[in-house]
Amino acid sequence: MRFLLLFSRQGKLRLQKWFVPTSEREKKKVIRDMIMLVLPRQPRTCNFLQWKDLKIVYKRYASLYFCAGLEEHDNELLALEVLHRYVELLDKYFGNVCELDIIFNFEKAYFILDEFLMGGEVLETSKFAVNVSMEQADTLQESFKVSYH
Amino acid sequence: MSPSVPLQEMIRAIRSARTQCEERGVIQRECAAIRAQFRQTDNGGRSHNLAKLLYVHMLGYPAHFGQMECVRMIASPRYSEKRVGYLGAMMLLDEKQDASLLITNSIKNDLSHSNQYVQSLALCTLACMGSAEMCRDLAPEIDRLLRSSNSYIKKKAALCAVHIVRKVHELGELFVPSARSLLSEKNHGVLHGAVVLITELCERSPETLERFRKVSVPDLVQIMKGLVISGYSPDHDVAGVSDPFLQVRILRLLRILGRNNEAASDAMNDLLAQVATNTDSTKTVGNAVLYETVLSVLDIKSESGLRVLAVNILGRFLLNNDRNIRYIAMTSLQKIVSTDHNAVQRHRGTIVDCLKDQDASVKRRALELSLALVSASNIRSMMKELLIFLSSCPPELRAHAASGIFNAAERYAPSKRWHIDTILHVLTTAGGDVRDETVPNLIQLITNTSELHCYTVHKLYRALLTDISQQPLVQVACWCIGEYGDLLLKGECQETEAVQVTEDDVLDALEIVLQSHMSTPTTRGFALTATMKLSTRITDNVDRIRSIVSIYGSCIDVELQQRAVEYNALFKKYDHMRAAVLERMPVIQKNSLGQTNGELSEEPIKESQPGKVKQEEMALPQQPAGQNVYLTFHKLVCSTYLNQFKVFFMLLLASAPTVTVYEKNGVTLTLICERQSESGLTVTLTASNSTDSDISSFTLQAAVPKSVQLQMRAPSRDSLPAHGGAKLTQLVVLNNPNKVGLQNANRTVPTSLTSIKMS
Repeated sequence: MRFLLLFSRQGKLRLQKWFVPTSEREKKKVIRDMIMLVLPRQPRTCNFLQWKDLKIVYKRYASLYFCAGLEEHDNELLALEVLHRYVELLDKYFGNVCELDIIFNFEKAYFILDEFLMGGEVLETSKFAVNVSMEQADTLQESFKVSYH
Repeated sequence: MSPSVPLQEMIRAIRSARTQCEERGVIQRECAAIRAQFRQTDNGGRSHNLAKLLYVHMLGYPAHFGQMECVRMIASPRYSEKRVGYLGAMMLLDEKQDASLLITNSIKNDLSHSNQYVQSLALCTLACMGSAEMCRDLAPEIDRLLRSSNSYIKKKAALCAVHIVRKVHELGELFVPSARSLLSEKNHGVLHGAVVLITELCERSPETLERFRKVSVPDLVQIMKGLVISGYSPDHDVAGVSDPFLQVRILRLLRILGRNNEAASDAMNDLLAQVATNTDSTKTVGNAVLYETVLSVLDIKSESGLRVLAVNILGRFLLNNDRNIRYIAMTSLQKIVSTDHNAVQRHRGTIVDCLKDQDASVKRRALELSLALVSASNIRSMMKELLIFLSSCPPELRAHAASGIFNAAERYAPSKRWHIDTILHVLTTAGGDVRDETVPNLIQLITNTSELHCYTVHKLYRALLTDISQQPLVQVACWCIGEYGDLLLKGECQETEAVQVTEDDVLDALEIVLQSHMSTPTTRGFALTATMKLSTRITDNVDRIRSIVSIYGSCIDVELQQRAVEYNALFKKYDHMRAAVLERMPVIQKNSLGQTNGELSEEPIKESQPGKVKQEEMALPQQPAGQNVYLTFHKLVCSTYLNQFKVFFMLLLASAPTVTVYEKNGVTLTLICERQSESGLTVTLTASNSTDSDISSFTLQAAVPKSVQLQMRAPSRDSLPAHGGAKLTQLVVLNNPNKVGLQNANRTVPTSLTSIKMS
């Protein structure tokens, strides 16, 4: 996976994760292109698109579009499952997640993503393990000081 | 300075801004406050400030002043600050920034931290934005972590190692032993990471691939079997499939290991068959696994039964209601259409039906696959479907569809008439989207099909009457009417119903094209030339043609004006040559194109431009430059028609060895050309004076194009006595080594060669 974007129906970016080094200009261009490609799509059409040399997989959940850019050898159907799993993780963490949760707690959304994916690959395949890690990390954050060994 | 508000309040404030301007104002204020806070020493709200900056960054505003703060936060002992600091590093820093080097030390320290969550932050950041130097620096550390007893750390270290290998290929060697041992883990996360790492190592290095092939295939098969057969595991189950992510990755690794290797492929045959038959295909997740299985089966050296099973699965996918599945099926079939052509042909009907699907992605895939499936046996039915598709297809696919249809028609046309009909059909439906070389290709095809000239010109004439907006079609139609207008006027045709037209009707049609605002300059050029050609093919209305041509002599478009003037000249001074110049074009020999201008001979034969009368270089490799003096009509005669050109040329030479090029005020100048060699020519200029007075200091000057070499020998005398007492001769040697044609320069050569200074 090259990148993962979340944007709203009005084209506002809510989360961006880049798995390969990309310049700022390039990032802005990709975001613009993705928004232009995905937003006009009709409801029951195919979730896959071809864009330059990448396969684009997108899925709409309520008011948010989840959009991933895949490389040639990645499995598109599995990517749909990856997006779905991420939504499930967010849902479990926030409890009935909605777009506002992701807006106001964007750093938490990133932390959850970092527990689930790394370097564009799936890091943890278990549903529960990710949430357990998040809870523990949050507890650690509350505690006052962490000392060096 | 007002104290900056906490993160959530700031977000609320930004969101409530009603205009872009208001939003910018809020953000500017906040950024200023954040910058001030950064300059202060440690206070409790540092992580909040950085988080605010990251939010602003996500909205698209510049945030580079936060980079150093990220570096400071990462070095902080507090976990909360580290967390946000590393997040900031991943968002704001990339390997191109200098600041990224500064965090290398912090990462190194944190990798050996006692708390696994700190370690994981460092691993995550390294895997996200680690540069090549950082990777080289920290690789041994990562390898050590791969051997730790903590599964949480092991799985993260595995994917971090994947990033390192991608960045610095040579370091792959370092991780091979640890990767091997990781395959015996029970934890799915670690196992998954191990499989990804091994995949990456095998893809990069053939030796590593060999090593893993020998030892790991049985292990992988074992693990897969466990996943497929095992009972329900709540932790990893997705809609009845046990850990589909791991299954798919293992299948992909097996594919790489089994490629081009009989032994390995044999070992995995049973397993693949088992997965293919047992996986539940009602949900997307099951289909994802099946999809990967099919890809693997088709890529390794599987036995034929298994291959048939795989293609059948794809066939089932094609009939699935879910558009995604159909899309996937067509993508996969595209990959095997060249190797398993017959198997894919069996599903041609379904694929062609997908052409009619509403979805643009599905349509695109169906078009590609249909074009690949066209063969000699199904060309007629397929073409019918493709033409229907063309008339209703989305605009972005039209050019691709049109060119695909042309290619298919060219390769498999059952008859010439069918071929011409098909091309005409495409030009009428999608004329605006075809490529430029379609027009000359079609003209060449028509010229070479001499038995269908009558049919073709009738069809094109009818098409022209209906619609003149599609430029390629109009261009071809004009050209045909110009060439074969006599067949049209004859009023009889075997192949199709003949039209009864008069000469006026035909000229009317051409004039409409000439005057229409829809016609491009190229098209009008075609129409004018066609009108001119008709002057030799019709009998009554030559005057009308003459008047049309003279009107365009003052046209604003320079190209048209030039043509009109030349044609006018053809009517006036060179009327005796008109018939020869305008006679029917000969059949184009494919190899005659190689003889044209040096540049053109490199191009493939297909790229002929027979109809493009205007831009052709004059191609006369055998005809030295000097003789081009006669040829102000080079543009009339298309340069690729060498035969006709040569004939015309011979005519001229035969009939006029001496040409009078200047005759004014009693001074006469003639030229005699003699070819000396392949590229050399001597021109003898003879001047005589028939006036009553002597002319003294008579000199001749000549100008030639740059690539032609000119040598003027001394004249025999420098004065011309009256009453033609004596003649002045001067020899001019021309050398045209590049055998280049002369274009516009040509028209001025006569005058420049004869610029006479008279005292």
